[in-house]
Amino acid sequence: MGHDTAEWVFVGVVIAILCYVGVDSWIVQKEVEDVPANAEVIKVTGQQWYWSFEHADGTKEVSTLHVQKGHAYLFEITSRDVMHSFNIPDWVVFEDAVPGHTNHAWFAPDQVGTYPIQCREYCGLLHYNMRGSLIVEDNGT
Amino acid sequence: MVLELQKPRPVWQIMFSTHHTDVGYLYLVFGITFLFMGGVLAMIIRTHLFFPGQGVLVSDSATYNRIFTVHGLTMLFLFALPVANGIGNILVPIMVRYKDMAYPKLNAIAFWMNPVGAALLWLGFADTTWVSYAPYSIIRAPGPAADMFIFGMKILGISSILSSINFVVTILKCKHPDLPLRRVPLFAWSMLTVSLMTIVAMPTYAAALIMMLTDRLGLSGFFNPFAGGDPIAYLHLFWFTFHPEVYIFLLPAIGMMYEIIPRFSRKPLYSQASGVFAFVMLGIIGFASWGHHMYSTGMDFTTKVVFMIGTLAAVPASGMHVFNFLATMWGGRIRFSAPMKFAIGGIALFFSAGAGGVLNSAMPLDFITHGTYWVVGHMHLFLIGTIGFGFVGMIYYMFPYITGRMYSEKWASAHFVLMFWGSVQMLYTQHLLGLEGMPRRVYDYPVEFTSWTQLNQIATVGGWLLGASFAIFLAVLIYYSAKGKPANMDDPWGIGGKYYYPVAAKNPHGGHSGY
Ligand SMILES: [Cu+2]
Ligand SMILES: [Cu+2]
Repeated sequence: MGHDTAEWVFVGVVIAILCYVGVDSWIVQKEVEDVPANAEVIKVTGQQWYWSFEHADGTKEVSTLHVQKGHAYLFEITSRDVMHSFNIPDWVVFEDAVPGHTNHAWFAPDQVGTYPIQCREYCGLLHYNMRGSLIVEDNGT
Repeated sequence: MVLELQKPRPVWQIMFSTHHTDVGYLYLVFGITFLFMGGVLAMIIRTHLFFPGQGVLVSDSATYNRIFTVHGLTMLFLFALPVANGIGNILVPIMVRYKDMAYPKLNAIAFWMNPVGAALLWLGFADTTWVSYAPYSIIRAPGPAADMFIFGMKILGISSILSSINFVVTILKCKHPDLPLRRVPLFAWSMLTVSLMTIVAMPTYAAALIMMLTDRLGLSGFFNPFAGGDPIAYLHLFWFTFHPEVYIFLLPAIGMMYEIIPRFSRKPLYSQASGVFAFVMLGIIGFASWGHHMYSTGMDFTTKVVFMIGTLAAVPASGMHVFNFLATMWGGRIRFSAPMKFAIGGIALFFSAGAGGVLNSAMPLDFITHGTYWVVGHMHLFLIGTIGFGFVGMIYYMFPYITGRMYSEKWASAHFVLMFWGSVQMLYTQHLLGLEGMPRRVYDYPVEFTSWTQLNQIATVGGWLLGASFAIFLAVLIYYSAKGKPANMDDPWGIGGKYYYPVAAKNPHGGHSGY
């Protein structure tokens, strides 16, 4: 194989891999962002250094969030002071909490249990301790 | 063929000199000094994270936050940029066959702004993180540290614009008329590319810094949501400068590998044209991907897709560099001296860093990795794995020319083995930590997360190996520049006569030159 041919083949293979990655993540991301119509809204507010939650029925919680197994939830995320990032690693819920903006993320837990909630954007002194827990319950509803 | 630097001269003569090799030497000493200062901070961080919940070495998060902020600022702006500028100062005028940089006085001024900026960053010791996102940096970050950070970065930014102008003019206007631009060695091409990128990118950040300062003073509210501004605007301005800046850190290291690999493979470079093309491509495409740092800020789907494509588009050009290196080494009679070992190690880690980068840029995966230790591991694969290895290899390569003496291959090998092992152990483990969900920039983590503890401890042991490797490096630099055997200046590594070395320069302060 000639000098240039080898390089062109190499570049071609790289571009083919990139196209695959690009198309695949386009498809997956489309699915991820497709919020189910029946999702229940939970308002999430970050502030130095804890999370507070407000359910659709007006119930408020701080640091600990209770949800039902088998339901879909839409988080409306904002911040009262600096930037935070709302994160439930086990359910791949992750979106920045930006003051003056409302961002969205959704999930539908299908397993009961207790899962950590944390802040994933540096927000000062106690950023490391801005933790909470998600409790997924099964009421048979 | 000797850099005249090796002749003993009083320190003040080097300090007040405007000659390009002297300024280059100052940059190198400055950069290497801060490599070790930033390294000490890194060792504190890694050792601290070995023991969750115990507050070892650092017992409060305020100090910890300041330490990782200054570690990042030091390694990027007081180590990586100055060392690239130092080697650029020494080599670029020689490569374009000109007597000095285009504007020697401006060159010295640009250098002397660095100690001022460094003093502001270190004395302030801010806690804003190196990205200093608004509104934290505006409404919460304690002064005067944050203000000193702003002024320090401002001065370093101006310095890098001045030296970039100097490189562009030196290469484009002062190049020898017999030397066509396309034949200019690839290291000089890398400096030309990053200088042009700096001139385009840096003013945006400079403006953002001023806006941040007036916001902090309460005179304006550009990025302050409580005064009608928008913090997301700061993120755009910041990353518009600092995604390209990633290439500004990276490309000189690639350029250095282009110096080392053909000579130690004892073969001509596979393709000069493809190297030039890849540099120029990266220089342009580097501006099309800043948004990949902001997927989770509430960006809409289409914008995300555009930035993902912009990010992926940079991969083929990076791949062309790797291909060029491998094709050059293919069938060569490789001599594994220290510069070559570090260059090859750097290419290997560059490749794996690039592969990880492709995964990051895929939108759904970014939501798993962003803001976690994955990103810490990923970017240090570029910073240590590519830039660190490239720079260290180049420093060994310049060593005989600067000191007139030879380092010890044996100790350089020990440095290489420890550094490679330490990097792989620490950085790959940090990728795994990220997948386990550990956020970055945390002072402490819950003891009951046993997998985090284990992975952190593995990473820390890797970090200690890395620290040991650099202790060896420091000892080698000091001991062998004073006590090493005199180097064979025509061919220090015994590669063979016809592989020329570009390092030859005249000293303005008299004496002979074997030029
Ligand atoms: Cu937070
Ligand atoms: Cu980037």
